[in-house]
Amino acid sequence: MLAPLLLGVINKTKAFFGGRKGQPFLQLYYDLNKLLRKGAVYSHTTSWIFRAGPVVWLAAAAVAMLLVPLGGSAAPMSFAGDLVLLAYLLGLMRFFVVLAAMDTGSALEGMGASREVQFSALAEPALLLALAALARQTGQLSLTDIYGAMSFDVLLKTGPAMILVAGALLIVFLAENARVPVDDPDTHLELTMIHEVLALDTSGPDFAFILYGSALKLWILGALLVGVLLPIRTGWLWADIGISLAGMVLLAVATGVIESTMARLRLLRVPQLLGAASALAILALILVFR
Amino acid sequence: MAGTRQLLEICNTEAVSLQDVPRLNTTEFRQAVIDAVRIGGASIAALFGHGQANGPVRLMAVLEYPARGTLSLVSTDVQYSYDAITPDCPQAHWFEREIAEQWGVEPQGHPWLKPIRFHTSCRRGMDAWARKADSPILPGVTDYFRVEGEEIHEVAVGPVHAGIIEPGHFRFQCHGEDVFHLEISLGYQHRGIEKALLGGPNKRTLHYMETAAGDTTIGHATAYCRAIETLCAYNVPARAQALRAIALELERVANHVGDLGALAGEVAYLPTMSYCGRIRGDILNMTALLCGNRFGRGLVKPGGVRFDAEAGRVGDLLNRLDAASKDLEVAVNLLWNIPSVMARFEETGTLSQDLARQIGLVGPAARACGVSRDVRQDLPFGMYRFAHIPASTWHSGDVFARAYVRWLEIQRSLTFVREQLQSLPAGSVAGAIGEPAPGQIVVSLTEGWRGEICHVALTDDDGQFAHYKIVDPSFHNWFGLACCLRDQQVSDFPLCNKSFNLSYCGHDL
Repeated sequence: MLAPLLLGVINKTKAFFGGRKGQPFLQLYYDLNKLLRKGAVYSHTTSWIFRAGPVVWLAAAAVAMLLVPLGGSAAPMSFAGDLVLLAYLLGLMRFFVVLAAMDTGSALEGMGASREVQFSALAEPALLLALAALARQTGQLSLTDIYGAMSFDVLLKTGPAMILVAGALLIVFLAENARVPVDDPDTHLELTMIHEVLALDTSGPDFAFILYGSALKLWILGALLVGVLLPIRTGWLWADIGISLAGMVLLAVATGVIESTMARLRLLRVPQLLGAASALAILALILVFR
Repeated sequence: MAGTRQLLEICNTEAVSLQDVPRLNTTEFRQAVIDAVRIGGASIAALFGHGQANGPVRLMAVLEYPARGTLSLVSTDVQYSYDAITPDCPQAHWFEREIAEQWGVEPQGHPWLKPIRFHTSCRRGMDAWARKADSPILPGVTDYFRVEGEEIHEVAVGPVHAGIIEPGHFRFQCHGEDVFHLEISLGYQHRGIEKALLGGPNKRTLHYMETAAGDTTIGHATAYCRAIETLCAYNVPARAQALRAIALELERVANHVGDLGALAGEVAYLPTMSYCGRIRGDILNMTALLCGNRFGRGLVKPGGVRFDAEAGRVGDLLNRLDAASKDLEVAVNLLWNIPSVMARFEETGTLSQDLARQIGLVGPAARACGVSRDVRQDLPFGMYRFAHIPASTWHSGDVFARAYVRWLEIQRSLTFVREQLQSLPAGSVAGAIGEPAPGQIVVSLTEGWRGEICHVALTDDDGQFAHYKIVDPSFHNWFGLACCLRDQQVSDFPLCNKSFNLSYCGHDL
């Protein structure tokens, strides 16, 4: 529910660096509200897949959300091995949106789809390996237990490995959420877009689903990252959650800072960045296996 | 050189009698143009046809010798077709397509003869493509270059774009993310300006000039005013010359600043983008302080300028200039110090110096390839005859070079404006110009912010425009943009496009 607020924080940070006032924190909520009240336009060349895309996107994101714990509290759904389900729910989201984009038959969307698939194929191993390193370290197999077992002691004991994991997760976080330096969330130029181009033909409620799903994705990957970096356990559930929420806001500010002080990478270089994320995760895995 | 004697040599903005322009036969004409470009180091400033409704078409070439600081004129008559110049002189490419479209004359052996603006020919019943007179001509409907192959795909962009920009159609032949070829098709903005100017000058003429390319208002208006003033043998007061030069440089600075900001935005580097956007506004406001319009509409008029700058406003301008220079220094130097920005700018969209010369690039795009061409330096006009601005060049020919040349020019222009404001000549700012002389031709070259603006005016026996030719710098440079995309990433197109920032309406007229 709070997920769209993160985008508000990122945008405010970017506006601050640009010397502007920026859009209100709640802008995405306004946008969603507006879009949900609108009708949708469908191209004659599309089939049911195009209509299913945004729905599956949001549904998969919502289910994935249920698997992710925050601040030591248990996730609503949890079982051994759910980290694999999480990765594949993210994959399912992407798969359907890519299919929907291909369904329109537009060359631009085809191009965007090919980029999206190429980059996510590289980001997925990084995510899985990073989660595997965490699982190995804590000896648990469900996200709730993994993050429940995290504490400052663990972080101090296995500092290097955890930092590597955090690095890998940060890159995945930026890449999967279409942030600079991988993608430019503000661009309107169809030739350079990656994630945005997939949603070019969606409108109205469908587009709202895509936007909200994206915000959830941002939250999910952000929560995974904050869980590693801020495993503070005070013993009080609400305090823990509060700290984690503050961590999320900090992460959003950090994202805004990264976006403001860096230019976007040339597309050719993006796979190298994602390869680096995988390398970091593998190193972390080796360290915890030692 | 044998060829030179056949040509008529004139200075920038010098009126000569139309009778004096040498008329060669078509073969000699063709050879004279090719020799001048190949051996004489000339470039084609304009190559156009003019004529009556049914008579032969007279082709006129305006050749520019930057090293000597002179221009040459030569002409020939053609009826239906002639041997194309383009195969031996690539910079004639666009001009010959224009001639074919406007006059229904076929340049035989032209490698890629297509319409460029999609309108009917000026000669009734004559059409280079033998299209029927009553069939509608739609922009963009023509043959396109095609690359065949298993993994080749074609990406078409425009004429309706995602941003708030002018219409143009771009076709990429891609292999994955690599661009093999880009073809640009324009003409959506064609308004028939040259046709509307015939029979002038009249009350409307100046407004057509100011809106030929809206972001080059001062550039085109100055070029026109100098042409008409020369035809009337009128001398512009020194104070008006200085004010025109100040306005022209402010226009250059404002647009260059906007471009640097846009380039930063293109690579998602926000601070420079935001600051340059604001500073561009500050510079535009300085022009507004001069004349009440941010784009300089209504400032330049035949005879001088419409508004004087009294001491109070000059002081205000100087203060604003200092503040803007200081802010700019910080905002732009951020760019060159960020490795991730440089990684995007460097070695993207590279053009070699040789290619730049062959296709006849002008303006900052040419200077970024190391071609030291600048009308203000080579064929100085107006105030630039007294106050020199050195040409700013860079050698690498990539996006970085085009950005950096802009920054160098901004600095030099700001210095120039400051000097001019501090030493404004005294006297009046305008006078009455009188009537244009009959049977004359005048070529007026101006260095607008995009590059060389060429206006050619021909008067008839009554001293009215028998023909008026406008060559916007974009006309030379669009092909350069298409060339620089070869073997680049398709995702780098917006960046390359911004680094040229060409005008659609200036091209389409």
